[in-house]
Amino acid sequence: MSRISHCFEKLKTDGQTALIPYITAGDPEPWVTVPILHAMVDAGANLLELGIPFSDPMSDGPVIQKACERALKNDVSLKHVLDMVRQFREKDKITPIVLMGYANPLEAMGYEAFAKRAEEVGVDGILTVDMPPEESEQFLTIMDSHNIDTIFLVAPTTSLERMDKIAKVAKGFIYYVSIKGVTGSASLDISEVSEKMAELRQRTSLPLGVGFGIRDGKSAAAVSDVADGVVVGSTLVRWIAEHANNPEILPEALAGLVAEMRHAINARDMAK
Amino acid sequence: MANTMETNYYDTYPDDNGHFGQYGGRFVGETLMGAIYELEQAYEKYKTDPEFQAEMDKDLADFVGRPSPIYLAENLTKNLGGAQIYLKREDLNHTGAHKVNNTIGQALLAKRMGKTRIIAETGAGQHGVATATVAARLGMECVVYMGAADVQRQAQNVYRMKLLGAEVIPVESGSRTLKDALNEALRDWVTNVDNTFYIIGTVAGPHPYPAMVRDFQSIIGREARSQIINATGKLPDALIACIGGGSNAIGLFHPFIEDKEVVMYGVEGAGHGIETGQHSAPLSAGTPGVLHGNRTYLMQDENGQIIETHSISAGLDYPGVGPEHALLKDIGRANYVSVTDDEALEAFHTLTRSEGIIPALESSHAIAYACKLAPTMSPEQVLLINLSGRGDKDMHTVAAMAGLTF
Repeated sequence: MSRISHCFEKLKTDGQTALIPYITAGDPEPWVTVPILHAMVDAGANLLELGIPFSDPMSDGPVIQKACERALKNDVSLKHVLDMVRQFREKDKITPIVLMGYANPLEAMGYEAFAKRAEEVGVDGILTVDMPPEESEQFLTIMDSHNIDTIFLVAPTTSLERMDKIAKVAKGFIYYVSIKGVTGSASLDISEVSEKMAELRQRTSLPLGVGFGIRDGKSAAAVSDVADGVVVGSTLVRWIAEHANNPEILPEALAGLVAEMRHAINARDMAK
Repeated sequence: MANTMETNYYDTYPDDNGHFGQYGGRFVGETLMGAIYELEQAYEKYKTDPEFQAEMDKDLADFVGRPSPIYLAENLTKNLGGAQIYLKREDLNHTGAHKVNNTIGQALLAKRMGKTRIIAETGAGQHGVATATVAARLGMECVVYMGAADVQRQAQNVYRMKLLGAEVIPVESGSRTLKDALNEALRDWVTNVDNTFYIIGTVAGPHPYPAMVRDFQSIIGREARSQIINATGKLPDALIACIGGGSNAIGLFHPFIEDKEVVMYGVEGAGHGIETGQHSAPLSAGTPGVLHGNRTYLMQDENGQIIETHSISAGLDYPGVGPEHALLKDIGRANYVSVTDDEALEAFHTLTRSEGIIPALESSHAIAYACKLAPTMSPEQVLLINLSGRGDKDMHTVAAMAGLTF
């Protein structure tokens, strides 16, 4: 069983919702990424999403776009991201890590070279925002042969027919994009999310994560009612942006934000 | 020529998933997948619909002024002392360039799809103006994204768009040029996908855009092919067109692809020189990758990050190129070359003085390559250049190079 599946199984047994924070690797400085990841796990994160910086992040809003720019100023690219995962695994062999990014850095490294290295350093999943199932046949085969789960997005605009198609190729969990828009934009509509979750559950037994539009403990708790995992990204990255000149305080500060959301989700989980 | 050319090119490319060989495809976020399938279905339905075609033909004739003529540039021909040089006069179109051929088609499609809001990206501003023009005519809301650097160097086109009622949003991210405008337009589309139609201005983006924009622009080559046969009694020996994203070039080339004796040259912007790295010539000096919805040749570093481009011409200042050009390069059907800023500027003056035609800086790249190629050809041979746009918009840039401001 993959680390991701195991993680969701255990949370299910314990009656808990997964908290999945996202940060962009190398933002604002490369050395602080691994300490932030450890601190967030200590504060109650169950799975980690680590963004691969890309020069043209078309599906992201200004918050994550600027995070990419800060990381790229430090020349942080895919090979460095993989090395950060290697460092992280020196201390943490349990918490699953999903890399999230765009197709081109993976193409430049080569799918096979990426998958091999990712498996070696302990990456558990890959979410390629701009690679729909239609374009990922070869990618899927290679990732599968290196035990990397291929995470796919489902959006409010995804038809039932496409949901079937995505459910067939997705592994680890399915990530539901709760709003029409880029990362960090509008707030989500929980009843609409709930409806989509029900449709998805008819098509897959994979755990369902929800992201885009979750800004605080309250919205995280609301999503935990209907999802198996709550992804929080732009809220954390916005905080990093505001304190980019003071990176040494970031691990503790992000741990604080994660702890608050954990607390809100736990309170909701207990009430179920 | 490779075996690929033995089967009929037109029946082979693109395939049902928008692939031109290994290039093209649909590399977009899930939120947009529904929209690009919806667009594909609408386009498939209307492209053979006689009523749609009739409306488009009427607009192209009465509103754009088509057919655009071909013109024998006798002075240039004499001065260069080689092939007979013909210009396909896309500069005479309403709004001043070939871009309107495509925006007419896409706007009519948007109307039939019930969309009320139009967005576009623009580099030199020609596509933005052509989009704002059709939006004004159809009474649709129009938002144009333009790199902040381009807003400065194409101030006149920005004003034209505003006069036409469009909102022009300067994009401050990244290199502040065309690629960043495209990113921002895609973000807008993701957010407003229900009521918004994205009019892409070149033969790039996810399927069906590269094929659809090519079809709309192919009127250039279809007209030119019969015009040149009428004028000279034969097919041309060579075609030349400039390439940013590649829409005017594919528009000229496509109807000639099966005419294997016609040699094709696509001219990229070599900027300060290919060897300086400051250029916008992905076909000449790039490698394949994925950007803006399709796989194609890109200017990128070894980590797959897109690198900043440079060209004197805002319309060529783009790190990618349409996927069909990537295929034509690989199968050897078209040749891709480049000319520098200086050579393009010289050609700008050459055409202006010899023929009384002021070309756009983009099109000046095609003229510059013709100045190299024509003298190597014989006077019986015919060279057909796509004069894709006129130079009015470039007055400030050219004047500034001469030390003048106004």
